[in-house]
Amino acid sequence: MTDISHKITQIKEWLAAYDGPDISIMEVCGSHTAAISKYGISGLLSEKLHLISGPGCPVCVTPTGYIDRLIELSMESDTTIVTFGDLIRVPGRKNSLAEVKGEGARVEMVYSPMDILSLAKANPKNQYVFAAVGFETTTPVYAMLLEQLISEHITNVKLLTALKTMPEVIGWLCEHTEEIDGFLAPGHVAAVTGSDLFIPLCEKYRVPFCVAGFSAEELLLAVYGIFKAVVDDREKGLKPEVKNYYPSVVTARGNETAAGLVNRYFESCDAVWRGIGTISGSGRKLRKEFEQFDAGSDLPMEDHKKNQACRCDQILMGKALPGDCPLFGTVCTPMNPQGACMVSEEGSCHQYLMYHRTR
Amino acid sequence: MCVALPGKVIEVYEKDALVDFSGNRVRAVSGLVPIAVGDYVLVHAGCILQKLSVGEAQDMIKLFEELEEV
Repeated sequence: MTDISHKITQIKEWLAAYDGPDISIMEVCGSHTAAISKYGISGLLSEKLHLISGPGCPVCVTPTGYIDRLIELSMESDTTIVTFGDLIRVPGRKNSLAEVKGEGARVEMVYSPMDILSLAKANPKNQYVFAAVGFETTTPVYAMLLEQLISEHITNVKLLTALKTMPEVIGWLCEHTEEIDGFLAPGHVAAVTGSDLFIPLCEKYRVPFCVAGFSAEELLLAVYGIFKAVVDDREKGLKPEVKNYYPSVVTARGNETAAGLVNRYFESCDAVWRGIGTISGSGRKLRKEFEQFDAGSDLPMEDHKKNQACRCDQILMGKALPGDCPLFGTVCTPMNPQGACMVSEEGSCHQYLMYHRTR
Repeated sequence: MCVALPGKVIEVYEKDALVDFSGNRVRAVSGLVPIAVGDYVLVHAGCILQKLSVGEAQDMIKLFEELEEV
């Protein structure tokens, strides 16, 4: 047995045998939720260890008012909405973009925001609006798009932004919930921002953070690392730390070129989160000098449930599991989603249903 | 949505690069990090976000070794 597989066996034994006080760790990132399901990591944990999904799937946290605004724009005769695939089925107050497509709305799905360039150049009389959602990982891509739009003098592309930032929502969770003992920090956000992003939160709220990768080994290592950090803190009084368990991609300071580019085009703003409400300073919007690229993102964003029984809000805050929702798997399914967490492949409800997760 | 995949740079052009993901080759926008042919890079939404550090496997082994006895 190699050293690593021996360690992995030991880690699995520790995670299964843990019998101390309950520990709850939030994985903030939607891709982590998906990978944890795929690799069956929650099934390796003792009943005293809990992984809870957080508000880190940008599609899931986008308020209904944003979807309604996209639908409004898509109905304008000269405007096409361009979006990532998973946003198209997210319900607004009444409908999703997919549902209104049959009523004449113009919606295009793309793999990359950059794909809007060829669309815009081929049809210069048409207006294109990119549904710019995302966290720190995706914002640099929009900044790169703006660079291209400016250098190629393309004037028929705008962004409708609902960009979010991690530290403010994590801080909000620390202040509004008591259930979270530590955080599995989002690896691809940290690839851009650097792991130092989480140090002020770690110090202020006295909770440990482990930056995690996305392979089975990387995740298992970080999951063990974060549970062990909570145990060490409780038993030995060790000061909580930010640990980087994804060093192949994440450095302390991240990609400073990307950060600089993001700051050139975007500034901080308050943002509305689905089911949570407004969190101060938790978003990014285009700077005033680039407002010609904005499709009206500053309009007030309302958030109304499509189905009043939907518990996405509680689930996004880690206060309920998908199975606690009365709609889960019956009224609300991936084919007929009532809330955003069932739509995205990274949404908690979607993952719990697809992988028959109960915990 | 923050899905990002590591791939290998096959060719470098002025504003983008050809990146290989286990045989599937796509053009990804470059400019956020210096890259060269043969580098492993992290691609998100059609954009190269970061270069992977050399010796990734060694990093993992080191991390596991650093763990005190479980």
